[in-house]
Amino acid sequence: MALIDLANPSRFLNFTERVLPWLAGATVIGFALGLSQAYNAPDDYQQGATVKIMFIHVPSAWLAMFGWALMSAAALGTLVWRHPLADVAAKSAAPIGAAFTLICLITGSLWGRPMWGTYWVWDARLTSVLVLFLMYLGVIALHRAVEDPTRAGRAAAILTLVGAINLPIIKFSVDWWNTLHQGASVLRLGGSTVYPTILVPLLDMAVAFTLLFVTLHLAAMRNEILRRRVRTLRLMQAQSAPGS
Amino acid sequence: MNLGPHAAFIEIAYAAAAIIIIALIAWIALDYRAQRRNLSGLEARGVTRRSERASRVAT
Repeated sequence: MALIDLANPSRFLNFTERVLPWLAGATVIGFALGLSQAYNAPDDYQQGATVKIMFIHVPSAWLAMFGWALMSAAALGTLVWRHPLADVAAKSAAPIGAAFTLICLITGSLWGRPMWGTYWVWDARLTSVLVLFLMYLGVIALHRAVEDPTRAGRAAAILTLVGAINLPIIKFSVDWWNTLHQGASVLRLGGSTVYPTILVPLLDMAVAFTLLFVTLHLAAMRNEILRRRVRTLRLMQAQSAPGS
Repeated sequence: MNLGPHAAFIEIAYAAAAIIIIALIAWIALDYRAQRRNLSGLEARGVTRRSERASRVAT
């Protein structure tokens, strides 16, 4: 099957039916490997065992940003190319991205208390991630507020593209401003500064979280296509009803 | 396993992540069942898409 064939919702549904069980299996295996490595990872010489929070905090932070980047690409698909699945992809990614952002905020707060002495501080990194979470909630609310999915999709696409300005702010906030949050230590010029015994479990968990995101996103897209079919059929039923 | 003096923070962080992920999976699974149920209910009442009617006639 050519990639362009997936632009057809029916073919996309067939594709998800075939792929989802394999992705779900790979996700379970990924988490089994990642969690066992995280369990056996050594303590950090300064942070002790709290470094284990990093194995869920950092992947969820990456996916929080990945979710919005994916929605931004889909928003372009909605506004420029009017791709039939672009709006479905954007709408389905919003609650998943919001969930990963919430995990990032909660785990970061729980990591901050023993290491920084506070659950929260209004520094640029923490605040910009909180703004990302609120923007996710805004997009979800917008989709629910407008009944026509096409109109809701266009309005949400504009909001998503405007909100994409927050992604570089999150990434470079630790360089542009003096923050309590540490600077980049994995994805940075000059290579990672994390020791391999901690870096390897972190990357394994990142792969597992990414597989989970992709699996849930495909499943949510499948649900959204079915929801739109139900809506179309109900409209057809209402139009064909006697007296309509 | 000894998680040191901050064990509670680590355990709560992992528990919170697990609860959010399980809730997300459950919501998506329940939504799928609900949409399938709605679709089969409509089809049982004879409400189908034109493309499906055409494919049934062809076969």
